[in-house]
Amino acid sequence: MGTKRQFRVWRGDAEGGDLQDYTVEVNEGEVVLDVIHRLQATDAPDLACRWNCKAGKCGSCSMEINGMPKLGCMTRMSTFEENETITVTPLRTFPVIRDLVTDVSFNYEKARETPAFAPPADLAPGDYRMQQVDVERSQEFRKCIECFLCQNVCHVIRDHDENKQAFSGPRYFIRAAELDMHPLDTRTDRKDYAQTEQGLGFCNITKCCTEVCPEHIKITDNGIIPMKERVVDRRYDPLVWLGSKIFRRGQVPQTSVTSGHSPGAVRSSAAGGGVHSHAGGSHDAQAEIQAQQGVNWHREVPHPTAPAVDASGKLPLTELTFDRAAAPSPFGDDVTFPLPPEHLNFAHPDQDERNH
Amino acid sequence: MTTNSHRDTSATTRIERHHYDVVVIGAGGAGLRAAIEARLAGKKTAIISKSLFGKAHTVMAEGGAAAAMGNVNSRDSWQVHFRDTMRGGKFLNNFRMAELHAKESPQRIWELETYGALFDRTKDGKISQRNFGGHEYPRLAHVGDRTGLELIRTLQQKIVSLQQEDKREHGSYDARIKVFSETTITELLLDGDRVAGAFGYYRESGEFVLFEAPAVVLATGGVGRSYKVTSNSWEYTGDGHALALRAGATLINMEFLQFHPTGMVWPVSVKGILVTESVRGDGGILKNSEGKRFMFDYVPDVFRKQYAETPEEADRWYDDPDNNRRPPELLPRDEVARAINSEVKAGRGTPAGGVYLDIASRLPAEEIRRRLPSMHHQFKGLADVDITKEPMEVGPTCHYVMGGVEVDPDSGAAYGAVRGLFAAGEVSGGMHGSNRLGGNSLSDLLVFGKRAGGHAATYVDQLTGRPRVAVTAVETAVETALAPLQRDTGENPYTLQQDLQAVMGDLVGIIRREAELEDALARLAELRERVAKVSAAGGRRYNPGWHLALDLRNMLVVSECTAKAALERRESRGGHTREDFPTMDPQWRRVNLVCSLVGDTVRLERKPLPKMRSELIGLFDRAELAKYLTDEELTEFDALVAADAAAADVEKENR
Ligand SMILES: Cc1cc2nc3c(=O)[nH]c(=O)nc-3n(C[C@H](O)[C@H](O)[C@H](O)COP(=O)(O)OP(=O)(O)OC[C@H]3O[C@@H](n4cnc5c(N)ncnc54)[C@H](O)[C@@H]3O)c2cc1C
Ligand code: SF4
Ligand code: SF4
Ligand code: FES
Repeated sequence: MGTKRQFRVWRGDAEGGDLQDYTVEVNEGEVVLDVIHRLQATDAPDLACRWNCKAGKCGSCSMEINGMPKLGCMTRMSTFEENETITVTPLRTFPVIRDLVTDVSFNYEKARETPAFAPPADLAPGDYRMQQVDVERSQEFRKCIECFLCQNVCHVIRDHDENKQAFSGPRYFIRAAELDMHPLDTRTDRKDYAQTEQGLGFCNITKCCTEVCPEHIKITDNGIIPMKERVVDRRYDPLVWLGSKIFRRGQVPQTSVTSGHSPGAVRSSAAGGGVHSHAGGSHDAQAEIQAQQGVNWHREVPHPTAPAVDASGKLPLTELTFDRAAAPSPFGDDVTFPLPPEHLNFAHPDQDERNH
Repeated sequence: MTTNSHRDTSATTRIERHHYDVVVIGAGGAGLRAAIEARLAGKKTAIISKSLFGKAHTVMAEGGAAAAMGNVNSRDSWQVHFRDTMRGGKFLNNFRMAELHAKESPQRIWELETYGALFDRTKDGKISQRNFGGHEYPRLAHVGDRTGLELIRTLQQKIVSLQQEDKREHGSYDARIKVFSETTITELLLDGDRVAGAFGYYRESGEFVLFEAPAVVLATGGVGRSYKVTSNSWEYTGDGHALALRAGATLINMEFLQFHPTGMVWPVSVKGILVTESVRGDGGILKNSEGKRFMFDYVPDVFRKQYAETPEEADRWYDDPDNNRRPPELLPRDEVARAINSEVKAGRGTPAGGVYLDIASRLPAEEIRRRLPSMHHQFKGLADVDITKEPMEVGPTCHYVMGGVEVDPDSGAAYGAVRGLFAAGEVSGGMHGSNRLGGNSLSDLLVFGKRAGGHAATYVDQLTGRPRVAVTAVETAVETALAPLQRDTGENPYTLQQDLQAVMGDLVGIIRREAELEDALARLAELRERVAKVSAAGGRRYNPGWHLALDLRNMLVVSECTAKAALERRESRGGHTREDFPTMDPQWRRVNLVCSLVGDTVRLERKPLPKMRSELIGLFDRAELAKYLTDEELTEFDALVAADAAAADVEKENR
């Protein structure tokens, strides 16, 4: 009952590699990991791939399938067209060890830096009392299977190795949030920590992490945003700062909020007390909430394209060779004004009401 | 860190060396708990795991961890838990282990809360407990249906917290406890009869590594990969069992394997995946292809008193457990597995060879999603099966091995001809007798993990000199490990694994027969020849073919133990069912089958079961004991009761 399907699997190691084509039998009801296993048993016995549970519980089999970060064991073959070639590549954010296996030690280092649960000194084991409603908030984050798909997809570190030192990533923001919301944790500096040590300020709530989370944890809405909201009266956060500017002045933003995209993203300096220590905005919480309503976070933020520089780091262009008189547009020649409104981060504060 | 690389004189192989006080092999619940204890006792500890940190099998446990905390029903106590455990194991359990387990598991669960665990709560804010097959009262501490994840994550985070302490004190996270992930141990090294170290390779690089340590704790889990349909992952190749055997230790109860009654059999992508017992605890019922709720026909005599006889009574139990008997769907696992097997054999199975498990028609969809969130999510995501709308197709799946390293119940020290070797968790044997109750494993990991870690530390303290690793032993280990890569004439390891799985699944499966077992032994002998010549293509870096080739010999020797013991035990009990000897035999209850390795052949011996202490056997009814004990033992029991009564009378008179 099997059919033959086309697979392209990245084979190689730290030195390099490429996509290799395989034709492999696929049976009804199988998932991508089943097919990888069949490859191992037939054409490619040394194809490296992590897995354990084959049930979406251990988070080992993370890979990129047709470019989408996914669990191999939870991706059904029936979600693809019969004649579709399926491309399987390793997670891009982490260094490749071999084939589909990457070096995820970055995550374990960040885990190790996050201060552990601080138990109440006066409670003996067995005397802990908590209400279900109170534990549920943290329990959501404890569902995390550490597949690191959210880490992989986050643009702050995807293709930006240089940010890895200062940025712990969504998995560890929710770890901090989990402890912050733990009814009996005795530390009170979890939010501060997230901001100063974990680089929470780099996050501009693109929600990509939430989108790929196989456990459907609301990483941004329930973890990151509450952590940001409450640090805001003491700390500068570029996102909220920008949001409030937009709202207060009712202006079209001049800058893109994708600060994390640019290679020169600002590093946290412990001495400066926070990421982006060049400005300090202190706002009351109410204003922040209002501010955020004015921002269209769901907009697909276009990646800035790097200029095609030559070996000397300069554009291969001089005034003499350029085909136009005068300087080119600072916005890029392909941008025309006015910008189409759906490309803006701005949303009218009353828009929801108008829709009714 | 005392790490140095040096060039081995004979082979041009680099071997990294480490020195530790205690090496824990396995990073599941048992291994992590053991490592925490060894570190708390001040020992320099290494944790070694075949997969990444936090991915061990424990992560998959769903239902919960059994501990008689009495939070939901205050009548629960360790005595009741002890009784349930012995009953479940058909009185073949090591009674001392069952006793320690029942007494200490509440402490171990509470301790997890101090590490940061967040269990589901009761209304008054305590840890909530749920019903599970074989447990008299609601007893399983749980977090939705992802209790294993909570357990392993909590222990993992506790280890991180200890590492943070060490960082503050000694400047390095790894000063006193270090995790070696994706590292496989292939050999234990001895100095005479004492453990001297462990040898293995990094999966990532294929480089070799030697841990010199006077004490080793085995916490490597089970053996399920030798079976065709299994809930177990690639890690479960019986490494710990085989390492122990080769080091001179013994295995007991290897004939007892638990086949989970309700593994998915269809569709393929979820084959082997378990449907947690809580589906049955929450009202799910089993039906055959004719639509009949068949479990009422399969209540064995020993359980008649506790189980309902009509669907009406069974259904009342969910709301009023005190005045009604429980539904037969909640019989211990082996009974349910056997019932399903009989239905399928009688031609009343589903097309894929299972039966239907129906919760859809029993609870509102909303309620199912609330109670079984990850089940619902898993089947929807993996197989596009909506458990709120349609029944599941389930059948027996190889799930857990009761047998394992024979240990001293109090310390977890391995018996046999070796010192310094400890075992805890699924790799150790005795605790669960012939059948494990659901939920008893997670608490077993904690109770005996802690004990093994603690006693390993004590053992190190009392040593006068450090055992030394012999160079020749390391050389042999290197040669054995490299052999499959150097041969190119042998067979593909995956083919060999499939053949082994076929032999075990078809001939040493859930229902066993003498002729088939003999056939199995002959085939295993053939396989042994072929495995000795296995060859693996590719290099040493992260090469799963090579890894499997090395695991095969472990799977093989453990399978031999199982087949031999299954042939020897001429009765049916718990996880061992002989079609030709379908009943329990009280004489066999007094016998443990013990495997050891002589040269490279498995030797099987009979050993008497330790005798239960009088105050423990006094916890049972005579009527119940009559089902298990020999007449001789019953006479003894009567004498004991009479003596107690007499003593009580004397006391009364004296007052
Ligand atoms: C699907 C499923 C559901 C379950 N549900 C429940 C439940 O609800 N309640 C319950 O009580 N029990 C349950 N169990 C049983 C329970 O989960 C296991 O018995 C238990 O987790 C075993 O724990 P462990 O610590 O002994 O080993 P594991 O958690 O399996 O860990 C074994 C460790 O040893 C390592 N290892 C193995 N070999 C080597 C080697 N050669 N070198 C180095 N490292 C090695 C592995 O990498 C791994 O880290 C379930 C089991 C399964 C499969
Ligand atoms: S929301 Fe924040 S953490 Fe998540 S992917 Fe976007 S930038 Fe990264
Ligand atoms: S938060 Fe979600 S995506 Fe991120 S590691 Fe955990 S389970 Fe994976
Ligand atoms: S194998 Fe465990 S999540 Fe896919």
